[in-house]
Amino acid sequence: MSKTYEYVKEPALIKGNHDFKSITALITDINMRPTPKGWYIAFGLANILLFVLLFAIGYLVWEGTGIWGLNAPVGWGWAIINFVWWVGIGHAGTLISAILFLFRQDWRTAINRFAEAMTIFAVMCAGIFPAIHVGRIWVIYWVFPIPNQMAMWPNFNSPLLWDVFAVGTYFTVSLLFWYVGLVPDFATLRDRMQSKIGKVLYGTFALGWRGSNRHWWNYEKAYMILAGLATPLVLSVHTIVSFDFAVSLIPGWHTTIFPPYFVAGAVFSGFAMVLSLMIICRKIYGLEDIMTIDHMEKMNIILMITGTMVGFAYLMEFFMAWYSGVEYEKAIFILRAAGPYAWAYWIMISCNVISPQFFWSKNLRRNVTFTFIISIIVNIGMWFERFVITVTSLSTDFLPSSWGYFSPTFWDIITYVGTFGLFFTFFLLFLRFMPMVAVAELKGVMPQADPHNYDENGEYHTPKVEVPEPQNESV
Amino acid sequence: MSESTLNNNLYGVLAEFKNPKELIDAAKLVNKNGYRQFDTFSPFPIHGMDKAMSIPKSKLGWIVVSHGLIGLTGALSMIYYMMVYDYPINISGKTLLNIPAWIPVAFELTILLSAFGAVFGMFFLNGLPKLNHPLFSSENFKKATNDGFFVCIESEDPLFESEKVQNLLSEAGATNIEEIYDV
Repeated sequence: MSKTYEYVKEPALIKGNHDFKSITALITDINMRPTPKGWYIAFGLANILLFVLLFAIGYLVWEGTGIWGLNAPVGWGWAIINFVWWVGIGHAGTLISAILFLFRQDWRTAINRFAEAMTIFAVMCAGIFPAIHVGRIWVIYWVFPIPNQMAMWPNFNSPLLWDVFAVGTYFTVSLLFWYVGLVPDFATLRDRMQSKIGKVLYGTFALGWRGSNRHWWNYEKAYMILAGLATPLVLSVHTIVSFDFAVSLIPGWHTTIFPPYFVAGAVFSGFAMVLSLMIICRKIYGLEDIMTIDHMEKMNIILMITGTMVGFAYLMEFFMAWYSGVEYEKAIFILRAAGPYAWAYWIMISCNVISPQFFWSKNLRRNVTFTFIISIIVNIGMWFERFVITVTSLSTDFLPSSWGYFSPTFWDIITYVGTFGLFFTFFLLFLRFMPMVAVAELKGVMPQADPHNYDENGEYHTPKVEVPEPQNESV
Repeated sequence: MSESTLNNNLYGVLAEFKNPKELIDAAKLVNKNGYRQFDTFSPFPIHGMDKAMSIPKSKLGWIVVSHGLIGLTGALSMIYYMMVYDYPINISGKTLLNIPAWIPVAFELTILLSAFGAVFGMFFLNGLPKLNHPLFSSENFKKATNDGFFVCIESEDPLFESEKVQNLLSEAGATNIEEIYDV
């Protein structure tokens, strides 16, 4: 072989001929333009769904959890499935904002803002389910260590209580992280707004930010520390969610593979959701210069890797069930693939394991329509993964005489559908009133931002890439 | 400080630069000339600006560590108080001091308090939130959050003399030099 290696050029993060000013305009003009008609239509639809959710919750509180399809062996149904699904979706936002930040993946700046927004709204949707599942929602404050007239405390040995702290902390830290990133961009909007009310509102949220480099110094430190804190946090959250299952003794749940398996699945579904949202937003708001095909390709690679990890976990579960020699463990996995819920199992396998394998092809990775379809399929598949885990283990447990088949009711379905109303109501408000790309961070990764790319006279030159000479002709 | 400066409530001299490179050079020059009460403004953090301005190391790390430790010890002592001291429940004779089961909550509260320390500590160190600032009176300064790069030498600096400062900044290549008043 004569040619040993070839230099792969890093694609530019921002396409087109942009300077700082045009980047500011491209993103913040979206917030300053009059509200488009299409937004009102979308917002109206989201609002209708939101009211469906409120109605479903209202009836649940009135009537009790009996309105759901839960039965004697299957005490956990759609509520827990939806909870795990929504929390999982949230994980991609933190992965993009924290873990990719620590790994210096500058391409994250194009998508981190709305991935973080997605995280926050997804965790809000998730939090609803365990809260309403307690049945007597008016005593939900019992989960917090608040002194009360019974002089009792929550049980800190219980994974369900760990979950309260994990999800609560996750939501709070994600919100703070998001807000810290938004402050400089709120200041940009404050300085660009013409209307008095806009100036006052954005000015209030900008907290008087003025781009001082003495401030940036602390700010960058804080951002770095937050990324460092959010990284173990995001891994711990889905670990603790998986403890809800793994710490019990139910066959198919009581396994040590659950924490890493859940985290990989969470990142998998979250990236799929980010892709679905990104593909729509970049088209509608004309952000193709910022959210480029290269971004999509990188995300598709992550989708493929995490999808394969999830597939590996499915295989390992089978292996461990056989290797453990436990009758019930073996039985539950055979029942998953061939029992009453085999249809759900094979939907899960085809959506999660098979569909991301298409991304081995570079052409498909860079195909927008195809990526969009796969991202939707993956989210469906990940919902079925949680369905399979939750329902199959419960419906066919230790004693065949107590087996039962779970079917959802009308109320199960509209509660789940309603959470999309909550999600999209907030997401549309976010798109309308907040800069959907982190403007300050994006400018920071432009080649124009690096003082080294200027000569002595202060003229900008595109950085030249030095291609190293091959050391040997053949290796 | 000259008489007129005192009477006029002069806050400082603001000068605009074209790009990050000129700003960093200007910051080095101002720093070398012995000014300490000055600041630079840019729409994004600029690599190497901390050295150019000789900004001391941020104290934020200490704030975060102390908050994290409060979170950790606070969580463990809270759980100990609730599960062992105040209302011990005997569950099939299992130990009350069940430390492994406390790790998730202790971990989460450590992270939570550390994050509070990082965010609120950062705003505290930066003196934010601030309702107004003399620099906001400059119309040109609005560019600082868009595509403008600014240096401001404050009148509180012992070496400050408006004329001298303006000459220094214009030699450094500044445009739009203006005096900012604290009204």
